[in-house]
Amino acid sequence: MDIERLKKEWFGNVKGDILAGIVVALALIPEAIAFSIIAGVDPMVGLYASFCIAMVIAFVGGRPGMISAATGAMALLMVTLVAEHGLQYLLAATILTGVLQILFGVFKLAVVIKFVPRSVMIGFVNALAILIFTAQFDHFKGESWVMYALVALTLAIIYIFPMITKAVPSTLVAIIVVTIIVVFFGFDIRSVGSLGNLSSDLPSFLIPDIPFTWETLTIIFPYSLSLALVGLLESLLTSNIIDDMTDTESDKNRESRGQGIANIVAGFFGGMAGCAMIGQSVINVKSGGRGRLSTLVAGAFLMFLIVVLGNVVDKIPLAALAGVMIMVSISTFDWGSVKNLLKIPRTDALVMVVTVVTVVITHNLSIGVLTGVLLSAIFFAAKISKVDVTEKVEVKDKKKVYKVEGQIFFASVNDLVAKFDFTEQLEEVEIDLTMAHLWDDSAIGALDKIESKFEQNNVKVTYKGMNPESNQLKNKIGGLSKASDH
Amino acid sequence: MYQKILLAADGSDHSIRAASHAVKIAQIDQGTIDVVYVVDSKTSKENVLHGVDKYEVKKVRQERIQPVIDVLEAAGLEYETHVVHGEPGPAIVEFANRNEYDILVVGSRGLNQLQTMILGSVSHKLAKRVECPVLIVK
Repeated sequence: MDIERLKKEWFGNVKGDILAGIVVALALIPEAIAFSIIAGVDPMVGLYASFCIAMVIAFVGGRPGMISAATGAMALLMVTLVAEHGLQYLLAATILTGVLQILFGVFKLAVVIKFVPRSVMIGFVNALAILIFTAQFDHFKGESWVMYALVALTLAIIYIFPMITKAVPSTLVAIIVVTIIVVFFGFDIRSVGSLGNLSSDLPSFLIPDIPFTWETLTIIFPYSLSLALVGLLESLLTSNIIDDMTDTESDKNRESRGQGIANIVAGFFGGMAGCAMIGQSVINVKSGGRGRLSTLVAGAFLMFLIVVLGNVVDKIPLAALAGVMIMVSISTFDWGSVKNLLKIPRTDALVMVVTVVTVVITHNLSIGVLTGVLLSAIFFAAKISKVDVTEKVEVKDKKKVYKVEGQIFFASVNDLVAKFDFTEQLEEVEIDLTMAHLWDDSAIGALDKIESKFEQNNVKVTYKGMNPESNQLKNKIGGLSKASDH
Repeated sequence: MYQKILLAADGSDHSIRAASHAVKIAQIDQGTIDVVYVVDSKTSKENVLHGVDKYEVKKVRQERIQPVIDVLEAAGLEYETHVVHGEPGPAIVEFANRNEYDILVVGSRGLNQLQTMILGSVSHKLAKRVECPVLIVK
């Protein structure tokens, strides 16, 4: 290991990192609690997760200065698992998620992110924002105007307080002010305490209390796979943003492994699966955080706050957390994409909208992403499957040249064959493939088909300008498919 | 007199106007112009989300300040462009003071009074903290 680099990553920016880490820890509390509530678990599960993940990722992550903790995207994926099977299965799923992410990192699969088109990425963040927003509706059920007034007050503080000072996260100020108001006036509205018990204990190592059977695995595996994929997607997107903001590079495969290790540790210490957070990482960088120390301080200070504030946290009214979550959804949503929806290519817009709609219907981000990727792949195949065939008569009634332009593969062969006229009385046909590329089995099959159709009319077929790759492919499988045709 | 000129630009109409004034100043004494474009966290996030890769992100930013570059090219001046990350005000101040320019030219953003009160005026911050003379173009 390169000592110089290690030193720079850890101690290159001590003052900035410590201050930024403290700011991030303060901003993490409301979010970690609110995301736990979305997942349907005790607030401690999200707080422990945020502490463990931040501490571990500081050492093993691939992007110094990035903040990882309990997130909304991950919380949304766990809802049904928690509701149907309970916390212990969630902890087991979290550990399995980590194992899968390590495998992704080891096999250098972090590059799969490049197969996710940007319209799907935009759909992903927009869907995430919408789900976080709609998840807040539950808190309003059966509440009086006081609830609405307090949510409005929370939002007002969040957006106005930064004009006074940006040193303290405005979300935390809003939570404190609203909590004091509720306690002081004795408003009868639900608080965090009504959802679960909070302790100020340190997290302890425990093995999830589940039967170690094949059935258990079949229950948690689909959830773990979704969590692993969504976690990596958001983490890699976040690391790209931080790379850009700080004008530095990061190690994506190391980040993928690091996310895995962090989730395994979180699972064993009673935390839920998490990933990198765009919002918190941006806060960190803006507050001056650059190195690994900032992430470590964020985790350590968060734990300190849990121990100190453990008894106060359950007084926080849900109205304040709902306000914070509404702010999170507003800043997560990519408003530019709505503005540009009519300007971008129609297929891109459709992919984005389909991704969002799929997620909102299924409540599952990974299904939305897969649908989006699949749809883009189909659109892409359709777009490049346009083949152009131009005919030229070289010797009248004797020889004709067909010039083929485009990509010849499974999606384009039907079009290609239909463009030839097999009924004409000729002696010879030349197929000019200078501007074409043969890609697969279907392409060779199509040429064979054209050839044999012409041969039925006693027309000789010759080829011209086939590029070496295409030629190789034709020689390799051409004979085979033709032999089976006859 | 003014040979090393810094032009803070974001591609807006104001910055294009500022560019033409920077050109006039440069022409007095064969000066060179450095263009600085600040990418804040919000823009950074949006660019990365919408861009396929680093190359594309770079291209988008290049296109953003192209109208300003066009003004400088038309005048046939020597120039260089710099992309800096951070909050516009402090980032420009830091860049200007570090590289010791003879003058900073910047467009006023033309916000109304309420917006200025809330957002704070970048040009005002620059005038206060940049060590060289500052020309704010209205």
